[in-house]
Amino acid sequence: MNIVACVKRVPTTEAVAKPAADGKGLDASEFQYMISFYDKIAVEQAVQTKEAAGSGEVTVLTLGPSSGTKEIRECLAKGGDKAVVLTDDDWQSRDARSTAKALVAQLSAMNADVVFMGRVATDRDNAAVGPMVATYLGWPCVTDVIGLEIADGKGSAKVETDAGIETVEFQLPAVITCQKGLNEPRTAGLKGIMAAKKKPLEELAPEAIENQSDVIEVALPPARKEGRIVGEGAAAVPALIDALQNEAQVL
Amino acid sequence: MSKVIVYCEHTGGNVRRASLEAIGAAASAGAEVVAVLWGEGASVAAASAAGAAKAICLTGDASFSPDAVAAAVTEVIQSEDAKGFLAAASYRGKDLCPRIAAHLDVSPFADCIEFMAAGESFQVKRPWLAGKALATLGTTGGVLCATTRLNVFEPVDGPGPSDCSEHAVSAPAKATVTSTEAKADAKLDVNEASVVVSGGRGLQEAANFKLVEDLAAAFGNAAVGASRAVVDLDWRPHGEQVGQTGKTVAPQLYVAVGISGAIQHLAGMRTSGVIVAINKDAEAPIFKVADYGIVGDAFEIVPALTEAVKAVKAQS
Repeated sequence: MNIVACVKRVPTTEAVAKPAADGKGLDASEFQYMISFYDKIAVEQAVQTKEAAGSGEVTVLTLGPSSGTKEIRECLAKGGDKAVVLTDDDWQSRDARSTAKALVAQLSAMNADVVFMGRVATDRDNAAVGPMVATYLGWPCVTDVIGLEIADGKGSAKVETDAGIETVEFQLPAVITCQKGLNEPRTAGLKGIMAAKKKPLEELAPEAIENQSDVIEVALPPARKEGRIVGEGAAAVPALIDALQNEAQVL
Repeated sequence: MSKVIVYCEHTGGNVRRASLEAIGAAASAGAEVVAVLWGEGASVAAASAAGAAKAICLTGDASFSPDAVAAAVTEVIQSEDAKGFLAAASYRGKDLCPRIAAHLDVSPFADCIEFMAAGESFQVKRPWLAGKALATLGTTGGVLCATTRLNVFEPVDGPGPSDCSEHAVSAPAKATVTSTEAKADAKLDVNEASVVVSGGRGLQEAANFKLVEDLAAAFGNAAVGASRAVVDLDWRPHGEQVGQTGKTVAPQLYVAVGISGAIQHLAGMRTSGVIVAINKDAEAPIFKVADYGIVGDAFEIVPALTEAVKAVKAQS
């Protein structure tokens, strides 16, 4: 099977947001980066799918800066066979459509059977690129998958919706976005880390695609008004009830 | 007046509150709203789409196909010459919106907390980096497609559409929902409830979540939430996790019990209306975002609070 795992390099969870000088983005000068939480689940699912099929190849695909290959090597250390980096040092300014179209252009040439992505990238939190890529390619897509079986060119996925657990059936090729619970991503062993250094990593220029969305302003959220400790222990409960009823009026 | 198509989910013959809020968002921007509904009972539920000028019911296969329905909604957007598309930021809405955006070749916006008119078009405000920053975004042309965060917008207090026309889902289904295993109980979802009571590792063991469940039950309209730590420990299901790698919630009242307030938890609940924190550590970061805090032992405080809430509810 020809399997692709799409990953995104995002600021770490601890990152502090500061609007950029022009107010149209975030000041990235002090960001540290990691592979987005859910994309690690996508890489694991790609490797497990290959292992279950008994043969095949896992390509890790990303759109990001040329300096971001450390995180991509980590994905190779966890079982990816090769990587394709669509290099764009301004990747954080791309909108979902522009990212999706660049991935679509690359995927069209890759002849993949299945493409795994994270449910959402934890920077823009937009959860858009997976279903957009599938729609542009004319492929089926299942989002937020927590259980998956793939065999004989078909797949069956489980997703948790507001209605309950749905089973979704589809034909390959398909795009699957991965939710927490689908698998437990492995940690890279020393052998994997050493092997990853020698695995092919190709850097390509992505298609230049203008953004369709327009950033008008990026600002910090208004600070919450100062709260207060109403007291200590169970003796403080009446004061809390009074505050919730008369001050906040939520009870 | 620009037109906005709102995809309305419905259950038991009524449009879901989250979708009514999406209509409310469109109406607050002065748009004319057309409600689109899919599935059995759609024509009955359409009447409850308060604030919509008209409704269009999608007809076709009995099984849901996200790609086929997205294609049909796109056809409606185009035939109505709408300038906007909204859905609730529920599972279904967040799944459909980017597909529709791709059909229209535009960039969608998830989880919006403001929706504003901008000439013929619209603008949105939405969180970046889990709410650490807020971006105001618009489009350079084309239909603005977005989902609205639950519990943020007010539904319209008014009548629904008086009739429902039909539009056939004609695209072949690529993926199909073949079965749905309904939830075991009719528990409120954590991102839909107007009160959320969440527990963390301070509860010491899974069985002690009974305290949190009892407090939620006392409020009546509350859901139980959980911190990432206790979900990772398998004390609670992932569906209850509040935070950056769980659900983002904005209830009127959020009660955090034994939760220290890690940055990734705060990301999921800091836009709540009123935040109450109960924690034995007076220095816990949760107190920095809390409106009201009680320092002390949750095992004493929570049962007392449960009784006090019950007493208030019994009077009203």
